[in-house]
Amino acid sequence: MSRQRALNDQRMKLSQAIGHAQASRRGVLAGAAGLALAGLLTACGTKGANSSATASLAPATDLSDTEKLVRWANWTLYLDYDDKAKNYPTLQQFKKSSGLEVKYVEDIDSNDSYYGKVQSQLAAGQDIGQDLIVLTDWMTERVMRLGYAQELDHANIPNIKNLLPALKDVRFDPGRTKSLTWQSGYTGLVWNKEAFPKGLRNVEDLWSPELKGRVTLLDEMRDTIPILLLDQGIDIAGQWGQDEFAGALEVLDENIQNGQIRQVKGNSYKQDLISGDALAGIAYSGDITQLNYEEGNKWEFIMPERGGLIWSDNFTVPIGATHKKNAEKLMDFYYQPDVAAEVAAYVNYLCPVVGAQQEMEKIDPDLVNDPLIFPTAEFLNNASTERELSVEEENDFQNQFQEVIGV
Amino acid sequence: MSKMVMTKKGKIADLRSAEEIKAERRKGRTGVYLVVPGMLVLFLFFALPVIVLLSMSLYARPEGAEIGEFVPALEFGNYVTVLSAYWSELVRSFGFALIATVLALLIGYPMAYLVAVRLRQHGLLQGILLVLLIAPFFSSFILRTQAWKQILADEGWVAQTLKLIAVLPADGHLTATPFAVVAGLTYNFLPFMVLPIYANLGRLDTRLLEASGDLYASPMTSFFKVTLPLSAPGVFAGTLLTFIPAAGDYVNAALLGNNRNTTMIGQVIDSRFFKVIDYPGAAALSFILMLSILILVTLYIRRFGTKELM
Repeated sequence: MSRQRALNDQRMKLSQAIGHAQASRRGVLAGAAGLALAGLLTACGTKGANSSATASLAPATDLSDTEKLVRWANWTLYLDYDDKAKNYPTLQQFKKSSGLEVKYVEDIDSNDSYYGKVQSQLAAGQDIGQDLIVLTDWMTERVMRLGYAQELDHANIPNIKNLLPALKDVRFDPGRTKSLTWQSGYTGLVWNKEAFPKGLRNVEDLWSPELKGRVTLLDEMRDTIPILLLDQGIDIAGQWGQDEFAGALEVLDENIQNGQIRQVKGNSYKQDLISGDALAGIAYSGDITQLNYEEGNKWEFIMPERGGLIWSDNFTVPIGATHKKNAEKLMDFYYQPDVAAEVAAYVNYLCPVVGAQQEMEKIDPDLVNDPLIFPTAEFLNNASTERELSVEEENDFQNQFQEVIGV
Repeated sequence: MSKMVMTKKGKIADLRSAEEIKAERRKGRTGVYLVVPGMLVLFLFFALPVIVLLSMSLYARPEGAEIGEFVPALEFGNYVTVLSAYWSELVRSFGFALIATVLALLIGYPMAYLVAVRLRQHGLLQGILLVLLIAPFFSSFILRTQAWKQILADEGWVAQTLKLIAVLPADGHLTATPFAVVAGLTYNFLPFMVLPIYANLGRLDTRLLEASGDLYASPMTSFFKVTLPLSAPGVFAGTLLTFIPAAGDYVNAALLGNNRNTTMIGQVIDSRFFKVIDYPGAAALSFILMLSILILVTLYIRRFGTKELM
């Protein structure tokens, strides 16, 4: 008995010492327990079977006038950061000009997992602790469809006039009533120019014997499958279905099976490019610009000839957010061309703000003509976005995709 | 203290006074009260989550429901579905954990022996080595694993050297293989093996070894007949502390492996939960994992466990 206790003690001390990784695992556990408890408390589970009921979720009362605060959850490395001052310069500027306190967190590292974390609260109309979240087009589409986003008041966002015309009437939100673009980007091909000077033109070229075991693909189904479909000459915005999906999946399956593809990864694929384990693959444009800047100009990024993807990450105000007006002020701030240019100079993704290109002249003239920051016809002509998937397709495709990539 | 005696007829007679009995009862009740907070904590943080997990694993997804939308049900089919889809990952997890445990034992036992027995007379050196043993814990688990990824990288010297001496084929690699994952598991859980064995060997009475030497046992025989059996509880604790977390680990598999030959069950649960948003599936898999570990450990204790541990 006492030995058992000593054992437990020892184990506890060890696990305390382990720190980081354990903490994150504990976080997962706590999250799971929290979710489970929430499920127990509402007695009837995550949500009623009737999804139309969710459309009637009422937005939370806006406390903006009394609470000088806005809470913003964003992706990692997605806002200009000053290493020396240890702060976000544009955010400091906003705090000063607006007098608002900003709680900025880099909480989002994948659409699916972030959605997984907040879904049950959103469904119950509760505050997820954020007034502004940033999600990719298709996830924004889902969040809006379910009534989880609040209506924006354009009167509070006069700078919305600076939005790129091409983004004014996006498929899921014509007139941008509930969402606004934060940054856009391309999904395309990358290769290491030193180790693989031959380069790539299409996704198909990734299957060349020289690259065996050195190819990395993205673990986001919404990136990998559409780009494989494009490679087969399918119009991804058109009416493709189960058969086409199965075809793309087969290519993926075959190349995982025969060891051509080394790994299917999330954001950590960058480390494999740096270490040289991966010599080529599918990647996000901004990542490669950043890598080239930090690790020496080693990589080339292109849109495949048969087509690559263009996507946007969008602001939305979650249904339970209590500082909508403050959130609108923040969006308005980032739609000033000079501020947008400052952000673009750091994050290196496509800037959605008209006039930022001129402002960039003052910040970093080298970037003014960077096609990965300010879109050019050459890139845009080769970039498209997949059609909307039905709920059943989304579920089914995701399931099959995960099975093939092995998790 | 006991004032109970056996009477001739075999009945138990209580010779205590009424007051004494009352006091005894009060004491008994105090004991119960003292247990309550512990039980409450255990209920709140163990029993309740397990119950919720179990009920969640039986939820069903209604036809045409939104993603992440489930209703309470008794869908035992969830277990069949996930087991048939992911039994190989489950088996692989236990396989990897087993190999890592054996390796950790083979590497860890001599380390523990060196520090605890051989260096018993050299307090300073012993202290230094002990600190070095625990030192990896001072840096993040993730960072250490990430560092191994760099060490084992294709362009790294390990892979290059192995290729040079033709142990590794020219187009072979070390990361993204089961080898890297098992190596990572072994490395990361090694201290969990060494420390209990060290604690045990620290109490080893070396006079016993002298005695066995006097009886003409070779050092080898002494080790297998004296040292090893005496340190069995430490080995036992070490193997459990290594095996159990290793079986559920997903950090090593995700960072050092991350392809279809290395997927461990922890990764599958993670992706079911966060990517596919299949809460019932994730819950069912978690429950299966918990249950299989429980069964394996019970069998292990039954077979090898010492009385001390039971």
